[in-house]
Amino acid sequence: MMAGDKAQTATDKVQTFTDGNFDETVLKSGGPVLVDFWAEWCGPCKRIAPMIDALAGEYNGKITIGKLNVDENPSVAFKYQVKGIPTLLLFKDGQVVESVVGVAQKDYLKSVIDKHI
Amino acid sequence: MPPVHNVIIIGSGPAGLTAALYSARANLQPLLIEGLEAGGQLMLTTMVENYPGFRDGIMGPELMADMRAQAERFGTTIVQGNVTAVDVCASPISVRTADAEYVTRTLILATGASARLLGLPSERTLMGRGVSTCATCDGYFFRGHDIAVVGGGDSAMEEAIFLTKFASKVTVIHRRDVLRASKIMQDKARANAKIAWLLDSEVDEIRDGGRGEVTAIVVRNNKTAEKTEVPVAGVFVAIGHTPNTALVRGQLEMNSNGYIITHDGSKTSVPGVFACGDVQDHIYRQAITAAGSGCMAAIDAEHYLENIPEHLASVPSQLGIRN
Repeated sequence: MMAGDKAQTATDKVQTFTDGNFDETVLKSGGPVLVDFWAEWCGPCKRIAPMIDALAGEYNGKITIGKLNVDENPSVAFKYQVKGIPTLLLFKDGQVVESVVGVAQKDYLKSVIDKHI
Repeated sequence: MPPVHNVIIIGSGPAGLTAALYSARANLQPLLIEGLEAGGQLMLTTMVENYPGFRDGIMGPELMADMRAQAERFGTTIVQGNVTAVDVCASPISVRTADAEYVTRTLILATGASARLLGLPSERTLMGRGVSTCATCDGYFFRGHDIAVVGGGDSAMEEAIFLTKFASKVTVIHRRDVLRASKIMQDKARANAKIAWLLDSEVDEIRDGGRGEVTAIVVRNNKTAEKTEVPVAGVFVAIGHTPNTALVRGQLEMNSNGYIITHDGSKTSVPGVFACGDVQDHIYRQAITAAGSGCMAAIDAEHYLENIPEHLASVPSQLGIRN
């Protein structure tokens, strides 16, 4: 399987969002942005990390994909009432248009993203 | 036809990884498909204190990372992804994921069990908004709040104790007046001043689905039928597990609860198909018993391959069976 290889080359396409850059990089972004809320202690977050990497590769140029560490960036997580991780929020024009909580299948996530591009 | 594997293992908890370790060391070059919940239930736990050999305990995710590395060291190929279909009656047995199809002479099912939910209407809409099945993941969000844990087993006790690190008060709700948890876990929980108890009680409702956040639960006393509203910001559900057997429903013998029935070790009702771990065990459900049964499945698969019926052995081999 090549998933591992793909994930490696895609890693640099995954952005890092923070309390500091969130307005600029997510809310004021020209296109849709998928934000993966995660933390170091969260096993399921680690499970979906390779899939997020792969999606960033596949959707390169179509949407922005990035991660936000809730431990280091509590303000954004609080603002969007994230109380369970992993949570994936899809933003468009500064608004949340999709929300996926927990471990999701890649095909399902793609269908969610495809509605907005 | 794609190359025929000797052994495919579905699942990557202690059962699957131990089956992989043993079959790899038997030169069977196993392929393991890890599944959606890679690493299994131990990925959601903190300190594991009852896995022999780790006298000071070991973190669940760390134990799983080590088991995985050990299985890989002897030649297990681990594939990410989720199996979408299995045909155990085909010869060779076919296993499909979203991306690929595999065929194999033997199949080891180690798909485990997943957390059960209460089945309340608001539960799903409030998942990630105050309802959780993973205390280690989500406890952080409830610092200084009152929360509830539903369940009376070891997992519920572990979650309740863990959550007292964050919450101001943790109320454990259990439908009977006796807990199912082991004595040591009960004692630990009962000694914790932050834990309150609502026994003989069931959760009737989680509020507030309309506002999109948990504000309270409605608890019904099973003896008096009296209902009480308990204000909480979070509800952690730990009421046990259901076996992940949807893939083979109708293809293998199962009991009324959906667990695969095994006989003579790890054998299922179909020759060449073996099951280990929580998918076939509703009694013990421990990391160590899962690992032990994974070892049995690997040895059973090896014996089966040594005595494989001729018409099946004639299928061209990719890797060769060890003599």
